[in-house]
Amino acid sequence: MTPLTGYLLVAALLFAIGLAGALTRRNAILVLIGIELMLNAANLNLIAFWRYGPHPEALTGMMFAIFSIAVAAAEAAVGLGLVISIHRHLKTVDLDEMNRMKG
Amino acid sequence: MTLVFYILSAITVAGALAAVTLRNTVHCALAVSVAFAGLALLFLSLDAQFAGFAQILVYVGAVAILVVFAILLTRSSDESQRGVFSNTWIAGLVIAAAIFAVIGWAVLRSIPMLPQSAPAPAVTVQQIGTALVGRYVLPLEIVALLLTAALIGAVIVAMHEKEGAK
Repeated sequence: MTPLTGYLLVAALLFAIGLAGALTRRNAILVLIGIELMLNAANLNLIAFWRYGPHPEALTGMMFAIFSIAVAAAEAAVGLGLVISIHRHLKTVDLDEMNRMKG
Repeated sequence: MTLVFYILSAITVAGALAAVTLRNTVHCALAVSVAFAGLALLFLSLDAQFAGFAQILVYVGAVAILVVFAILLTRSSDESQRGVFSNTWIAGLVIAAAIFAVIGWAVLRSIPMLPQSAPAPAVTVQQIGTALVGRYVLPLEIVALLLTAALIGAVIVAMHEKEGAK
């Protein structure tokens, strides 16, 4: 097994774990955590391909990962703000009880 | 494949698994910060120092704290009455396992095409900075705008509404 394969398999496993968390948990914050794990798995893929790719000095994969980290931080801030706002209206963060769009 | 890689990936995967399976949400937040730190160390082992330290600063430093704050602000006592997993957890687990099987199959099938090994790229932080303000200056500005908009948006969404506003 080559080093790149190992990193890709770890990233696939992390993505699957994050997806399982996002699909099975009841708490909205833990769904967001699952989404963050999936984004991080994609970042690991980008960095691994940058490291073992043909032109690492072009910095393409590295830049993509850095911008992805920045966008994920913005997404986490807005997502958690939305969860707090929903909790204020409905007094719950249980996704199975959020079954209407009208506040 | 070195021993360091196995240790780091074991820490990362264990943290991620604990984050999605533990019952106590505060424990989940702590476990996910372990997973983020393990990912940062994996970045460092891939010779991506800048991305590794950015990961530590942004995820372990900021996002984990934000998650802990959100959990503490939204904690209620009736958490564990109906279980922590949703009613359709079997479908979610099957979908996740199928996705992992497909990605793993694709990776294992493409082993002959993947590069065996490569010399460590000699990239300095100065080169990254030059590229950020040179070739990637437009994405940098767009990310700056996005972060400002996200900051204002998060504050407005989470802010208390006035009593007579509705």
